[in-house]
Amino acid sequence: MEKFNTIKSSAVPLPIEEVDTDQIIPARFLKATTREGFGDNLFRDWRYHSGDSAKEDFVLNNPIYAGEILVAGKNFGCGSSREHAAWALHDYGFRVVVSSFFADIFRSNAINNGLLPVQVSGEFLDKIFQAIEANPKAQFKVDLEAQTFSIVASGDTASFAIDPYKKMCMINGYDDIDYLLSIRDEIEEFEAKQLIP
Amino acid sequence: MGKTLFDKIWEAHVVTEVEGGMQVIYIDRHLIHEVTSPQAFAGLEKRGLPVFRTEKTVATADHNVPTQNQHLPIQEKLSRFQVDKLTENCAKFGVELYGLGHPYQGIVHVIGPELGITQPGRTMVCGDSHTSTHGAFGAIAFGIGTSQVEQVFATQCLLQNKPKRMRITVDGTLQPGVVSKDIILYIISKLTASGGTGYFVEYAGSAIRSLSMEARMTICNMSIEMGARGGLIAPDETTFNYLRGREFAPKGDAFDQAVAYWQTLYTDEDASFDQEYVFNAADIEPMLTYGTNPGMGIKISEHIPTPDSADNPATFRKSLAYMGFEGGESLLNKPIDYVFIGSCTNSRIEDLRMVAEYVKGKQKAGNVNAMIVPGSQQVITQARAEGLDKVFIEAGFDFREPGCSACLGMNEDKIPKGAYCVSTSNRNFEGRQGPGARTILASPLMAAATAIAGKIVDVRNEQ
Repeated sequence: MEKFNTIKSSAVPLPIEEVDTDQIIPARFLKATTREGFGDNLFRDWRYHSGDSAKEDFVLNNPIYAGEILVAGKNFGCGSSREHAAWALHDYGFRVVVSSFFADIFRSNAINNGLLPVQVSGEFLDKIFQAIEANPKAQFKVDLEAQTFSIVASGDTASFAIDPYKKMCMINGYDDIDYLLSIRDEIEEFEAKQLIP
Repeated sequence: MGKTLFDKIWEAHVVTEVEGGMQVIYIDRHLIHEVTSPQAFAGLEKRGLPVFRTEKTVATADHNVPTQNQHLPIQEKLSRFQVDKLTENCAKFGVELYGLGHPYQGIVHVIGPELGITQPGRTMVCGDSHTSTHGAFGAIAFGIGTSQVEQVFATQCLLQNKPKRMRITVDGTLQPGVVSKDIILYIISKLTASGGTGYFVEYAGSAIRSLSMEARMTICNMSIEMGARGGLIAPDETTFNYLRGREFAPKGDAFDQAVAYWQTLYTDEDASFDQEYVFNAADIEPMLTYGTNPGMGIKISEHIPTPDSADNPATFRKSLAYMGFEGGESLLNKPIDYVFIGSCTNSRIEDLRMVAEYVKGKQKAGNVNAMIVPGSQQVITQARAEGLDKVFIEAGFDFREPGCSACLGMNEDKIPKGAYCVSTSNRNFEGRQGPGARTILASPLMAAATAIAGKIVDVRNEQ
């Protein structure tokens, strides 16, 4: 996994709530057997007409907006456990998703792929949307070590939570398997003691 | 201080804890399918690792399989490649596969219980969010991503934060025509699509206790639709009777020993929950969804809420515009184009019997395309033995072969753009059943009544 530390970037606004993983990557694009290339079909049905022409009014098709940060409404990533959603966002170029609420499985999948979920209050989320509306090139700074998200122009800063272990993993580019393999003896001891398997 | 059912099982599976509070949880059974496993197998291969406990891992092909002519090679090239990849990976890594053509093949959350792989007190995972289904047996079961599938392959363990505990009690007696699907749609409509996030839910109360195992599975299945990682129900005689004699259930003395342990799996009287809800079964009616997430549900007697009453009117309007509905209108008498009866929520033999009993001697409406997709080979075999297939065909239904089918539209079974589908599946997301498809979630009974009437009706008023 690639290391994550700080990111300074403009952001793409998606002020829609309950964005489920079927929207992020529809099921018909889950037939690939590798992790690459899902970015092409990110938000496929919001982004393209059925004839593959771009929907002009969708934010990813608006050249004014760009950046490594996606800002979305609450309960982002609900629904299916498909990790392809995190792969698609990452493959497209996002490194951070900001929302006022994330679905559990998506949050965990994102972190396992170097995509940082930043949960802020509803009020702060509105401030971010307003900052982008005022200036689509507005810069934001994400500091994982300090666990802060800042609107650069105004200096407004929110702190966000992340499990200390997962934070260490993201900063160093570790994944859970390395750790779990290192405790194989403990796992085998547990198995030997288990009464009803 | 007493313990909850969830605490008892969780604590029995903690291998160790890491700094910061995450725990290493041992996983007793790992179910896999063709869509979320190939990248995990590839990861193992890259690291030069075997599957650590092949005997605790079971595979099937379900998401991507056709529901017609399963004896022939899969026509669609990418689907065939993915299913073949599963076969190849299972052979290479020594994992038992119930693939197409095998008498145990079926939707992963249908076959786990029917084979007795799902047992009380176990921890179970699968790269599929509806793994919560298995909680009906008093197991901790939840969906995971592909990176975690790889972790379980490699170590039979996962790093997890312990979820918070919620109890949802449903007491009383259900009205005639109201079934377990209505209970869970009702609960989700009350809690919203995110009301359970961060929690593991225990379902309790007399209305839950009175349900069969299959009806309990329908409830636990949709726990994820309110954001909960999983839901579970304390095992009881109904559970033990269901498991007795199943292929992988303990046999003889071992079964009695298992039951003795399973009987310890309940929430102590003085245990506490982080959140509790209590509902009255008599208040539940046949339920329908009107929007684009499972929390957007109403009773059949109710009207669609107006956007102004919603938390976020813009999101609500977008959802109603997609569905082609207006705030304030009733769903009664809405003409329907498709009826889909199937999915890991409602494709078991009891669901099929319920539908068959209703449609027997009737004829589906001419404007409706109605499809029934059984959950597994065992379900279809049983349905044929009982003559249900003939009932369906005589009533004008299309009776298919097992798979996930139009629940998620990965295979050919899709609902066309703009068409309305009353579906017994679990998700009414935009495009879930095909690009532009409009899904209305309902019980198998309501779906059957819709197919016959050609429009939405209140099954309580139908004969």
